[in-house]
Amino acid sequence: MYLYDSYDQAMVDARVEEFRDQAQRRLEGRITEEQFRPLRLMNGLYLQLHAYMLRVAIPYGTLNSRQMHMLADIADKYDRGYGHFTTRQNIQYNWIKLEETADLLADLASVEMHAIQTSGNCIRNISSDHFAGAAADELVDPRPYAELLRQWSSFHPEFSFLPRKFKIAVIASDTDRAAMRLHDIGIQIVKNDAGELGAAFYVGGGMGRTPMIAPMIREFVPLDQLVTYSEACLRVYNRYGRRDNKYKARIKILVHELGKNEYTRQVEEEFKHLLDQGVEPPLAELERLKPFFADPDFVDGPKTADRSDPDFALWVERNTHRHKHDSYVSAVISLKPVAGIPGDASSEQMHLMADLAKAYSFDEMRVMHTQNVVLPHVRIADLHALWTKLEAAGLGSPNLDTIEDIIACPGLDYCSLANARSIPLAQRISTRFAEKGKTEQLGELKLKISGCINACGHHHAGHIGILGVDKKGTENYQLLLGGSEAEDTALGKITGRGFDEDGVIDAIETVTDIYLDKREDGERFLDTYRRIGMDPFKEALYD
Amino acid sequence: MTEQQDWGTSPDQVQFRFRDDEIADVPAVTVDSCCDQTNATAVRIEPGDDARELLPFLDRLQLVEVNFPAYTDGRGYSAARVLREAGYTGELRAVGDVLVDQIGFMRRCGFDAFAPDKPINEDDAKTAFARWPEVYQSAADTRKPIWDLRHE
Repeated sequence: MYLYDSYDQAMVDARVEEFRDQAQRRLEGRITEEQFRPLRLMNGLYLQLHAYMLRVAIPYGTLNSRQMHMLADIADKYDRGYGHFTTRQNIQYNWIKLEETADLLADLASVEMHAIQTSGNCIRNISSDHFAGAAADELVDPRPYAELLRQWSSFHPEFSFLPRKFKIAVIASDTDRAAMRLHDIGIQIVKNDAGELGAAFYVGGGMGRTPMIAPMIREFVPLDQLVTYSEACLRVYNRYGRRDNKYKARIKILVHELGKNEYTRQVEEEFKHLLDQGVEPPLAELERLKPFFADPDFVDGPKTADRSDPDFALWVERNTHRHKHDSYVSAVISLKPVAGIPGDASSEQMHLMADLAKAYSFDEMRVMHTQNVVLPHVRIADLHALWTKLEAAGLGSPNLDTIEDIIACPGLDYCSLANARSIPLAQRISTRFAEKGKTEQLGELKLKISGCINACGHHHAGHIGILGVDKKGTENYQLLLGGSEAEDTALGKITGRGFDEDGVIDAIETVTDIYLDKREDGERFLDTYRRIGMDPFKEALYD
Repeated sequence: MTEQQDWGTSPDQVQFRFRDDEIADVPAVTVDSCCDQTNATAVRIEPGDDARELLPFLDRLQLVEVNFPAYTDGRGYSAARVLREAGYTGELRAVGDVLVDQIGFMRRCGFDAFAPDKPINEDDAKTAFARWPEVYQSAADTRKPIWDLRHE
């Protein structure tokens, strides 16, 4: 993985000092909360319902054991002994004191981490495929490109006060594990007919109140123009994105209102101009980055594991992913225990994950946007030992991509924007399906819960989505069916009138029963929905 | 907006200036007026203006003011770079809601004069201008980006 050189370290250290100054000015009353707000936001510090929340960047979700140990220590030292892994492959702490934040940032900087641009109307942490560098189906490792863009976007002088936040994802396989087309810019590294690598640009996707799937605006941007093309996309947005209405300020609205063709024309014109401006790092910089992501020294070993223990067999079946080396797999540590809080990990669990990464996965982990943690390179020979240790720590849930593997936003338990609670609902749903033994029967079923229309829980993209709304002062939940965040990106449709908390849990069971009744061989819930449409589900729910 | 602001900032409102030439003491006109008047030498860009409309007139301009009615509106950063990229060498003055935490970014986008609505503490400003030991991007200033330093 990428390691800082003295330049990177100096930048992060300077940021800590800057924030220390800013926090000091606030604490001394020299600036108002209103003036402090954008400054703390640029440093990932939010004021929530009960306390400050700090979001720490984990670039493209990759981290090593030293960093994970520090995240655990921070949970103990500055928070209440746990942290929350997010859909942006980051981690959040919910109980932070302003007085201690600069010290916390200094601790992070000591392990090459930071909270830079994890909030605010700027380019946010860049996300990527959580199986990058390990997946059998990838063209190349997308992370050197993500790192190039991370550096370009850090403290960008022109793009730090955009109309709205800006999220970029980079992938390099046809299977999309990063919801690429639901980002402001989605980049897929591809090969052209001449066998050269380049980048396909998708611009203007997003969730939120007005979900949109990003159209492709350029099939192939040569690698030595990647930064310049990104700069052109951003400049057109910064100049012409709407600033009159916060809810229409994302780039998806600009692309939609101008039309894909006109937006593309403007980007191409700006791009042509910028090509002469010397904004592109030399290819030598990309070549410098690549070795950081080179394959570790894989060794041949057993290609199958003894699956005579049915519990172990189920976990292997559910929670491992095919690796490019046939003696290895990527193993997913589920942070979705039945009745647990999706994405939460205690400091003990973080320390354990760090130790296991060191012992079994070349000292590397990935945070998934589905709020789980991956050990990317595990020898098949080590799988049983790994699983045994995970099981003992309550981290062995065999439920990846099942109805228990719920994405949920923090909801009304923490967030000042929420209309409804998400976490207790997720806890009750996983409990209901686990107790009835239906989880395994249902197979792949992606359930996503947002506590308000801002869609942090990705409800638009769930095979089943739940949206919490406020209905005359009581929490009410709308049900959506048919969304997908994968390469077959689709937005879910609302079934009809909403339900109360008990009602929505029953409703989910009703729609899954329809699926079990109607499914044909090998169909997932999503496939059946696509074949039979909304009507049978609606009838069962409302007639 | 006050009447005075309609006519641009006066030299004594400029708090920081990084130029050796004499400060222009001419009222700034709007972008529309500047395009119509052949003798205007100072212009003020509002956030909704297209800075590129000024490109045919850059030779006669001594002063371009870019107004930031609210610091959160970042269009002025692009306007500044667009002008510098087109070869404008006159004074580029950031005016309005210009705060200490933005002046470093503004400097990188090509601003060389600052006339904030509320004066900025001089020490804080000095620290802010010198905050970043290096920079990650090529912009409108002369600083070499880190990627350049790495591959010299």
